Amino acid sequence: MAALSNADWAAVWLTFKLASVTTVILLIVGTPIAWWLARTRSRWKGVVGAVVALPLVLPPTVLGFYLLVAMGPYGPVGQFTQWLGIGLLPFTFPGLVVGSVFYSLPFVVQPVQNAFEAVGERMLEVAATLRANPWDTFFTVVLPLAKPGFITAAILGFAHTVGEFGVVLMIGGNIPEKTRVVSVAIYDHVEALEYAEAHVLAGGMLLFSFVVLLALYSRKGASVWK
Amino acid sequence: MTAQEAIHARFQIIWPGFTLDVDLDLPGRGVTALFGHSGSGKTTLLRCLAGLERQSSGSLRFKGEVWQDSARGVFLPTHQRPIGYVFQEASLFPHLSVWKNLDYGRKRVNSGHRVSLDHAVELLGIGHLLDRMPDRLSGGERQRVAIARALATSPRLLLMDEPLAALDLKRKSEILPYLERLHDELEIPVFYVSHSPDEVARLADHVVLLAEGRVMAQGGLRETLARLDLPTAFTEDAGVVIEAVVAEHDEAYHLTRLDFPGGSAVVAHRPEAIGHRLRFRVHARDVSLALARAEGTSITNLLPATVTEIADADTPAHVLVRLDAGGTPLIARITRRSRDHLGVTPGQPLWAQIKAVALLA
Repeated sequence: MAALSNADWAAVWLTFKLASVTTVILLIVGTPIAWWLARTRSRWKGVVGAVVALPLVLPPTVLGFYLLVAMGPYGPVGQFTQWLGIGLLPFTFPGLVVGSVFYSLPFVVQPVQNAFEAVGERMLEVAATLRANPWDTFFTVVLPLAKPGFITAAILGFAHTVGEFGVVLMIGGNIPEKTRVVSVAIYDHVEALEYAEAHVLAGGMLLFSFVVLLALYSRKGASVWK
Repeated sequence: MTAQEAIHARFQIIWPGFTLDVDLDLPGRGVTALFGHSGSGKTTLLRCLAGLERQSSGSLRFKGEVWQDSARGVFLPTHQRPIGYVFQEASLFPHLSVWKNLDYGRKRVNSGHRVSLDHAVELLGIGHLLDRMPDRLSGGERQRVAIARALATSPRLLLMDEPLAALDLKRKSEILPYLERLHDELEIPVFYVSHSPDEVARLADHVVLLAEGRVMAQGGLRETLARLDLPTAFTEDAGVVIEAVVAEHDEAYHLTRLDFPGGSAVVAHRPEAIGHRLRFRVHARDVSLALARAEGTSITNLLPATVTEIADADTPAHVLVRLDAGGTPLIARITRRSRDHLGVTPGQPLWAQIKAVALLA
């Protein structure tokens, strides 16, 4: 079996970096969304929930296409980033991060939302009768009780980003060391009939995904989707 | 009762299928029982007092402090009210040890401590449980920890929502003595939600009777339970509470005599020492009436009494007769036929025969 080339190692490293950055951003962005969805009685709950879940069913090319248009020179996001002086996002690493955040959003929001719902109204009331203000309650009661949900969310968000292909291809292209992630590298190898290289990367992805899911499903008392 | 000591509460909540509409002046000391059937609004009222029902409109003045005044847009959030709240299920924080549960509220209170944590632990007898996690406790232990946790915040008002309802009889009898100690040792007003007449009779000084979100009656325990004008829902379980003193033990017959204003009752032997105060309930269905002092009867508890009032009972076959036995009120539930047969009328002297008493301690 062929050893990994430098270009392939670069793809592995880029994939790891992309998944890590995306997961951190998703935990920060997804937590307030999950909290709102878990607690609100607003009639917008259904709409927001559906929008968050869209990447579960949309072909990645559709998501990628709209992101490409929005972040392009004539799109609203593109005009904004140009006005900020940071140029255009498509075909850059930050562009990939933005795409991945949308793509993996439901995989982070839903487990966290389930965990928040499982904490229940009663625990919040108890904390209030024990003089804890809402922020205090969130950090000392809700977060510790929802911890398993956050771990599930982080693992799923990371793994799902690693497995991303369509969105990356649409908005990232295939620039070595900048936007070429493992899944795209495999595609390239297959196109070039380099099956040995493709085997190494594909086998690595298979092993990685299996280990992640094994860890997830064998955690004590874990239920991934509740 | 001055404004500085009293609790004035006026609440209105309108939900589909349920309306709470109460206006109460409550004493700022002792145990006040909020009593009624399920759906009567007693828990909702308790939650309003705690500030857990934000949709409630009305006002709440606690010993001169305004906690809520909807007309002026004042609503003190729950975490700023000096209350302790015990929920029906213990609701301990599952991720914290017993000790950390107790400490959670205590360390967030910065004012002077009226109830020390040690005192709360001692009062509830949970010193040996401090290192345990909540899932390693029995139901009764959990509820005791929950009560201690509420006390450890040094509340100025203790709110308890049927703290015994989720427990079996054995656990109940395990916790009741601790609640009685609370009553005797702490000078905090306690609001206690219950649908159990025995619990109310045993613990309360003051009763608020609720039905369908409205106050049917309120007042001192003895006077309120002895009223006849309450809805029939309450009269099926009608009866009075008598506070008595252990007066004499009869070792030969294994009996104990209890004295109370206007008479005495003999009951099966009690372990309490002479002079100890006890409460007992006399159900209306356990009181019969006789025109003369009965001879040749197995009933030993006979009291001379005067009829004060007659009212309809829960069935058309019965009436409730309110009696005054030398200062102690009694209620007898007799058939309408017996009333006519004996010619029972207000002001009439006769004998009350007590078939059974239910001791509450």
